[in-house]
Amino acid sequence: MFQIRCFEEKVFELYARNLVPGTIHLYAGEEAVAVGVCSNLRKDDYITSTHRGHGHCIAKGAQLKRIMAEILGKKTGYCKGKGGSMHIADFNVGMLGATAVVGAGLPIAMGAGLSVKLRGLDNVVACFFGDGASNQGTFHEAINMAAVWKLPVIFVCENNVYAMGTRQSTVMLKENIADRAVAYGIPGVAVDGNDVLAVYEVAQKAVGRARTGEGPTLVECKTYRHKGHSRIDPAKYRPKEEVAEWLRKDPIKRFKETLLQTKILLEAETQKIEKEVLTEIEEAVEFAMESPYPSPEEALEDVYA
Amino acid sequence: MRKIAYREALREALREEMRRDPTVFLLGEDIGRYWEGAFKVTRGLAEEFGDERVRDTPISESAIIGAAVGAAITGMRPVAEIMFGDLTALAMDQIANQAAKTHYMFGGQVKVPLVIRTPFGAGVNIAAHHSQSLEAWFLHVPGLYVAVPSTPYDAKGLLKTAIRGSNPVLFCEHKLLYPIEGEVPEEEYTVPFGLADVKREGSEVTIVATLYMVHKALKAAEELETEDISVEVIDPRTLAPLDKQAIIDSVKKTGKLMIVSEDCKTAGVSAEIAAMVAEEAIDYLDAPVKRVAEPNTPIPFSPPLEQYVIPSEKSIIRAVKEIA
Repeated sequence: MFQIRCFEEKVFELYARNLVPGTIHLYAGEEAVAVGVCSNLRKDDYITSTHRGHGHCIAKGAQLKRIMAEILGKKTGYCKGKGGSMHIADFNVGMLGATAVVGAGLPIAMGAGLSVKLRGLDNVVACFFGDGASNQGTFHEAINMAAVWKLPVIFVCENNVYAMGTRQSTVMLKENIADRAVAYGIPGVAVDGNDVLAVYEVAQKAVGRARTGEGPTLVECKTYRHKGHSRIDPAKYRPKEEVAEWLRKDPIKRFKETLLQTKILLEAETQKIEKEVLTEIEEAVEFAMESPYPSPEEALEDVYA
Repeated sequence: MRKIAYREALREALREEMRRDPTVFLLGEDIGRYWEGAFKVTRGLAEEFGDERVRDTPISESAIIGAAVGAAITGMRPVAEIMFGDLTALAMDQIANQAAKTHYMFGGQVKVPLVIRTPFGAGVNIAAHHSQSLEAWFLHVPGLYVAVPSTPYDAKGLLKTAIRGSNPVLFCEHKLLYPIEGEVPEEEYTVPFGLADVKREGSEVTIVATLYMVHKALKAAEELETEDISVEVIDPRTLAPLDKQAIIDSVKKTGKLMIVSEDCKTAGVSAEIAAMVAEEAIDYLDAPVKRVAEPNTPIPFSPPLEQYVIPSEKSIIRAVKEIA
């Protein structure tokens, strides 16, 4: 989680220095979701991701330096500079790619689950999406299909309260998106998405069900993004008290306190870990900054396989 | 040589590829053992390969194509059926933004070997939501191949190529072609993409046509021969990739180009082919390019209305005479 947070802070800093082309959607604040879920997955399990996807990539084991290079549009990035921040994939670690069309990942994750079933394997697919995506038709189509075919998918809704600037309560009457699972005859669980241990436990059950052929689960993680929707968004639509309250519930701070209180980690050890993470991120930045841009005519490559 | 129907040729291609490769599977609405496909292409396949590999789906076009994408990027070769071409609109994000762009957007890391079979075309009085010819929509999407077989032989050979390939293919069929019979050899063959077929040789006018329009163009050519007008009919067989050279070679010979296409004329298949020839071979043209296509209307229901908008043998003959 700390690694994701520092990575995102570094991306923001590079953006402020005008080194990041385009836009960025930072995962800071939501780290417990990706980490809590992906800690239950094997390397050969799959995930699908969204425009706010850096955290998913890191939690699934993708390399920081190649993520950073992709964000900067470099040839050494995961997608050779063709995808950017919103479209990172690493098929070597089962990261099937981030789609920037809200809700588009759900059917693709379901299809990966179908593929696992048809090949007679026991891999699991975790599909990350937001509260906004839960209002797309693809949410209904994909979860229904996964349910009726008992596919090994866990649908992980990162409910960060706002779809861009639109507050959840203005576009749906029910508070819990997890309640929609009833309609598909599958379990739906809402969990504190800023409590990594709580997410871990819920995901563990869901992954277990999926792996043993019992079918999908809808997991709703209640969380909050620390920054605005994207680079240009100062998030003025969010009440100050609300932001302050969620900052108090910061998942990293909470988990660190737990670790220290239970003496699982000592302060000195956390400092050592934090130092290692910062070094690793500096190395990733260095790698990305020193990498060349793709040559312009590479734009014409990879249209067809 | 034996003759079989277009739908049987498609079925043979599916059956042979499913026997050859266990990763090939079919999914779509009512394609399984109970209905066997709206046009009966998948008849008998569920009995042979089981319900898992010939998979009936809910009415969820977007998820059908999404499922195919997810399966294709994880080692399978799905063949999805969209019951009517018009309904591809419901799955357009998954087709155009996901299937077509995945290979490119992720820097070539993964292949997307999937086929979307769907029937286009008017002529059976089922009106505006079940009769369109929308091939041109998909030509505007880099990363997709678009196949347009007009005969049982081409249908079988192109479908096998599509299934064995590494890219997403929109495989366009035509409702009126399903019962049409033609020669199909018993032995194994494939038809490559990007290779046009000269369906009839001629010397005075080149007609480029696809799908059911090939048959109308051939009938028109026969009729015109009785009036000593020699027409060459070129069938591109795939619109993406397009065999430009075959069209240009024919234009070099005849000096006259006509395109017959069952879609709306504006920004349609005929517009693309005409523009290509204008750009690359205008010096060989001795007359303006002629386009016979549908007017810019939805497809109407009532038979006289519908027949009025579909290109006919008569309209083809009339247009040829204007430039011959």
